[in-house]
Amino acid sequence: MLREILVALLLIAGAALVLISAIGLVRLPDYLSRLHAPTKTSTLGLGCLLLASALYFGTLHELLVLVFLFLTAPISAQLLGGLEVKDGIKPTEPDEA
Amino acid sequence: MLNLAVALALTLTGMALLLTGERLLYGPTLPDRIMALDTLYLNAVALLVLLGIHFDSALYFEAALFIALLGFISTVALCRFVSRGRLFE
Repeated sequence: MLREILVALLLIAGAALVLISAIGLVRLPDYLSRLHAPTKTSTLGLGCLLLASALYFGTLHELLVLVFLFLTAPISAQLLGGLEVKDGIKPTEPDEA
Repeated sequence: MLNLAVALALTLTGMALLLTGERLLYGPTLPDRIMALDTLYLNAVALLVLLGIHFDSALYFEAALFIALLGFISTVALCRFVSRGRLFE
């Protein structure tokens, strides 16, 4: 019973974080600030969901996905940040945001 | 209670997928669209994990692992293609 409650809480927290990061992706004003929104999905959001799954099935397989995502998220963020320099996208000034 | 939580989490993740799809469609620049694709595969992993709990099957975990692998590789390939103009030197 306790395990079920914990799984439910982790699921809702993870899904809420995924939704929040998607809202950030739509609402934030410029490319570089939008770049930080999806990192919530890849770390805390999927972390909660995969922990819930690991707890539900009682296995450690899910941690494989988690470790892989934690290793690859900085690499893809670095590459995506590098595209900004190439395309000449300027960060928004605080007063025009 | 767990069924309710899974249904709620599936709804939230589906809404996140729709919002990310909006950025993919209307993203003003190409890097925006690549970033939306990157987020889209992460959301797909989340959705598959939730479906695995919903249908009580461990098969979905393997699909999630494959999507995570292929999504990372496709993001790297797209970024390299956009920044260098070709994939292989």
